[in-house]
Amino acid sequence: MYPEISMNAELIHRLHFAFTVTFHYLFPQLTMGLALLIVVLKSIALKTGEEQWERAARFWGKIFGINFVFGVVTGIPMEFEFGTNWARFSNLSGGVIGQPLAMEGVFSFFLESAFLGLFLYGEKRLSKLQHWFSAVMVFVGSWISGFFIIVTDAWMQHPVAYERLPNGQFQVLSFWQLLLNPWGLLQYMHNMTGAVVTGSFVMSAVGAFYLLDGRNQNYGRIFLKVGLIAGLISSVLIIFPTGDLHGKYVARNQPAAIAAMEGLFKTEDGAGLVLMGQPNEETGQIDNPIVVNDMLSFLIYGTTKAEVTGLDRIPKDQWPTALPLLYYAYHIMAGLGTWFLALMAGCAFLLWRKRLYAARWALWALLISFPLPYIANTAGWMTAELGRQPWLIYGLMRTSEGFSSTVSAGNGLFTLLGFMGLYSLLGLLFTVLIYREISQGPETNASTTSH
Amino acid sequence: MMGFIWFWLVAVMIVGYVVLDGFDLGVGVLHLFLVRTEAERKTALRSIGPVWDGNEVWLLAGGGTLYFAFPLLYASAFSGFYLPLMIVLWLLVLRGVSLELRNHIEVGVWRALLDGVFGFSSTLLTIFFGAALANVLRGVPLQADGYFFLPLWTNWQPGVHPGILDWYTVIGGVVALVALTLHGALWLVIKTSGNLEARARGIVTPLWIALVVLTVISLIATIAVRPEALYNYFNYPGTFIVPVGVVAALGALWYFNHNARPVKAFLSSCVYLFLMLAGACWSLFPTLLPATTGADRDITLSRALSGPHALAVGLVWWTVGMALAITYIVFVYGKFRGKVDGAEDAH
Repeated sequence: MYPEISMNAELIHRLHFAFTVTFHYLFPQLTMGLALLIVVLKSIALKTGEEQWERAARFWGKIFGINFVFGVVTGIPMEFEFGTNWARFSNLSGGVIGQPLAMEGVFSFFLESAFLGLFLYGEKRLSKLQHWFSAVMVFVGSWISGFFIIVTDAWMQHPVAYERLPNGQFQVLSFWQLLLNPWGLLQYMHNMTGAVVTGSFVMSAVGAFYLLDGRNQNYGRIFLKVGLIAGLISSVLIIFPTGDLHGKYVARNQPAAIAAMEGLFKTEDGAGLVLMGQPNEETGQIDNPIVVNDMLSFLIYGTTKAEVTGLDRIPKDQWPTALPLLYYAYHIMAGLGTWFLALMAGCAFLLWRKRLYAARWALWALLISFPLPYIANTAGWMTAELGRQPWLIYGLMRTSEGFSSTVSAGNGLFTLLGFMGLYSLLGLLFTVLIYREISQGPETNASTTSH
Repeated sequence: MMGFIWFWLVAVMIVGYVVLDGFDLGVGVLHLFLVRTEAERKTALRSIGPVWDGNEVWLLAGGGTLYFAFPLLYASAFSGFYLPLMIVLWLLVLRGVSLELRNHIEVGVWRALLDGVFGFSSTLLTIFFGAALANVLRGVPLQADGYFFLPLWTNWQPGVHPGILDWYTVIGGVVALVALTLHGALWLVIKTSGNLEARARGIVTPLWIALVVLTVISLIATIAVRPEALYNYFNYPGTFIVPVGVVAALGALWYFNHNARPVKAFLSSCVYLFLMLAGACWSLFPTLLPATTGADRDITLSRALSGPHALAVGLVWWTVGMALAITYIVFVYGKFRGKVDGAEDAH
């Protein structure tokens, strides 16, 4: 095979996975976030016995159901793409990460699908307590699912508890060490908090929309209350401790990733934190930077004097590929995280002073901010996965060694374009269906509108 | 020993998938021509609504189990069957979306469109799955490194360099289409009432006759394409119980259907599917994917098996996890047992 052709194939297979997984994760982040909030609504309904909380839960249950379907149908290809597009990687890694992937199916998907069927179809066949229990189990199932995926990714980021067999394959040595990989635990906390941020922003935005539009005002207030409280808590947790701890762990274990994320080209004592500026790979510096002196050393090591490894100490063939993209993705994530905290703190303050419902500018800010957690979650995942490059399994296997050698660039491009077309259609359909549910609102009687 | 156990555990996952998702795929096929009025469509969809997603999980869990227990097989087969698998993925996406969302739309034309998408994607999926199994039985042109890449078709002959589709794999596809349509019809007989039940009952007999004929043809064709398929049976003659069981299951299906015992007829169909698949697996064992390019290139159990420690650990959680899964499944099917009540609303 000609070298340039195989290089194209690598890029196509990377884009193939990146595109399908990015589109997929738009849905599970809301699934996981909303699952928790629905449990909150159902619990209040169970405790107070008030119909409005049941209706609120039913309304979000419908949105959850639609969103869940899109998560399922875009998730199935992911389970296959390891084999179809990354065959050489799958062959070597199956003995380790095949395990959490199979466990996701066995422990989570069966649970989730069974109780979602009961939750969506069974309200009349179940007692109130049983129906509440179904909601809890859907929540548990979706969060277990997230856990196994993070365990899988964490092993690629930070391989632990493995040995290499004579035929080159990896084998897990300790089941518990694999599941309790410290990288995975930190990433899980950060990621799940991110999902709750998405869920609470979406719920607050729908509440704000109803109040701004002057309809379903009672429900608008309920959604704002629950959404803002969850949003404030998760916006704090996403930065501290989860983001902070995860960042420190990355800095100690993937110095190349952190240097590229932060745009630190030169090793420094008392490294500064770059807030803005463009990384220039040619000159090895940040163009037009705005820097907070010594801050990076402080954030990573707790002292302003500590030395932070820059890219100059790292061989160029181990620099993350697509370095500017990594840098921008990380900065967008961090910048948005700051905005989330500011917005949620401000609105929660207004809520506490009982001025929020009349503060139209604040409601507008909540409404138009709902896409931002999606961007932040996506940018966060890009940071993690681009930061791992050029490794597929960090330090053990390069990305160029993992894709399916028998699937040519042309075939990969064909199916990538197919997915792009199909997913555009799905995006449109999703928008129409969600628009319809939000327009109908929580007041409509479920039996006349739905199956 | 580990290899033997995991071979059959993966086989169990595949059987679970075919038996369970099989009936909702069959309902999808029947959606094209048997289910007519809007009320009937709603009833048919409601009969599979709470369970189809869980049924599809068997495919995912089976894929994951394959990945972990036989990484080389997973890697080789999934990349080698790249094109048809991508088509299967697109069909699964279209099917799930159309099935789940048609009731969120009131406009009749759009509903009709989604019904059509659901029916066609279900039909094509059954054919693809049957053809996929036939591809494995026939073998693929494995290279020395254990990989291959199959075009969709070549000259329609199962030779050294076949395509995904040839006359033999097409037979496999048709067998699956008929078997799963019958399976779906039996499900509808159990779950629905009135006209739809009567029509579903009426189509069972012609489908049954077609299936008997096709089963015989597929057995003869398999022996013609891959005579080695009989080795295990002659070496262990007791295992001829499997084909005998296939015949018995078909007979029982006929008998129970004619005596208006729909649940038992459906279970007979489950047994038929189980024995057909088990028989196919046994005809391969201990080969997992035969090579058309020479038996020394076969992907065998010992060649594809994961590390011993991984497999030992896996056995523990797999047993626990599947016991839990079966508990939920029994619970859900219990909660939704009986005929679909036309007046009942869902989400």
